[in-house]
Amino acid sequence: MQLAKEVKYLIHKEVLLEWRSKYTINGILLYVVSTIFTCYLSFVSLNEEERLTWNALFWIIMLFASINGVSKSFLQETKGQQLYSYMLASPAAVLISKTVYNTLLMLVLTTVALGFYTMVFNDYTPPDLLLYYVAVIMGSISFSTVFTMVSAIASKAGNGGMLMAILSFPIIIPVLILLIKLAKNAVDGLPWENSYDEIGMLLLVNVLTVATSLLLFPYLWRD
Amino acid sequence: MNKTWWKILGSVLVIYTAIAGLLLGVPRLPILNESIRNLYFHVPMWFAMIVLFSISVFYSIKSLSSKSEIDDMKAVESVNAGIIFGLLGLVTGAIWAKYTWGQFWSFDPKQNFAAISVLLYFAYLILRNAIDEEQKRAKISAIYNIFAFPMMVVLLFVLPRLKDSLHPGNGGNPGFNSYDLDSRMRMVFYPACLGWILIGYWVYTIRFRLRLLENKQQTN
Repeated sequence: MQLAKEVKYLIHKEVLLEWRSKYTINGILLYVVSTIFTCYLSFVSLNEEERLTWNALFWIIMLFASINGVSKSFLQETKGQQLYSYMLASPAAVLISKTVYNTLLMLVLTTVALGFYTMVFNDYTPPDLLLYYVAVIMGSISFSTVFTMVSAIASKAGNGGMLMAILSFPIIIPVLILLIKLAKNAVDGLPWENSYDEIGMLLLVNVLTVATSLLLFPYLWRD
Repeated sequence: MNKTWWKILGSVLVIYTAIAGLLLGVPRLPILNESIRNLYFHVPMWFAMIVLFSISVFYSIKSLSSKSEIDDMKAVESVNAGIIFGLLGLVTGAIWAKYTWGQFWSFDPKQNFAAISVLLYFAYLILRNAIDEEQKRAKISAIYNIFAFPMMVVLLFVLPRLKDSLHPGNGGNPGFNSYDLDSRMRMVFYPACLGWILIGYWVYTIRFRLRLLENKQQTN
């Protein structure tokens, strides 16, 4: 139960820090909104048949927004801050709290982004919005589990930003393919039975990622 | 002799499959025709690659607990050897695709996933280059290697089953299962896999020994 207490405390700390500065959430929100607006201006002549482009565009925007948002979690912390939290809590608690916090952040972000996206690209709203939202939720969870661990690796390696992109893209592509397929099912208005495969696979990939991260993180944080 | 027998076995098997693979009879299947012989040269590359990457993960796990430099060198050299086989697999596949599908690269899911998984290991090598301190490099790259391996398994073995592909064995195209009836192909295919895995392991041991010598020279 010590772990649960530590995790709860650390999440509280993360949320409090974010609430005081509101830097990450506002920054990423502005980033998403301006990107969507730019996309709207350049894709304004999208045909009615191009729902596929609509879907792909959304995931590309989400991918870059989440890479920016989640990579902050470890890269932003100074060495002293990291040392302090490692003295107070177990490595598992640090990793779980970061992952949960990032998931919350991504959920807020993607929900707002989806709302704004459907508002701007009004004609393309998928017929099965609920399934699309499920895909978005799965996306937020997968992005945060993968990127949290990769950003921990990148932050330990030194030069963060570029390494983060190189290391995370090959890992996230399989997840992204599944997400785009699931979202496409929603855009095509297929019945839910057709999507159980993808949802199951995504859950499996997430469990796998979290399990390997938990096993490996204790080796990573010790210097 | 007890150390070289597997090298001789590997060479003999590969020479045998090169000759027998081109000369022995093969079943006539639609679309594939004579290009079916590529099975002996293309598929063993992936087997060799998977074996080498598994060796690399094994030594990465070992180096995390032992903190030994030898284990780290073994891990990186098996990745280096595995990437050679991954690229050869992509090339043999692309040449086959030129004559069967009409294009070297047609963005078939199997081609894409194979390319991404090779990309994953290039990222591993770049990560190694980014860190100067040896022990830190060993630790961090081992962690990334272990973290990436399950993703590669998903990429190569699970995702292609969810996607439509023109690759033999997918979506009703004639493929591996239909050869099971034909024992002529098995006579060449299984030795080819074993032979190339042995050759791949040999390449890895040579590379490892070279690096060991370089390392000794630098420290002296």
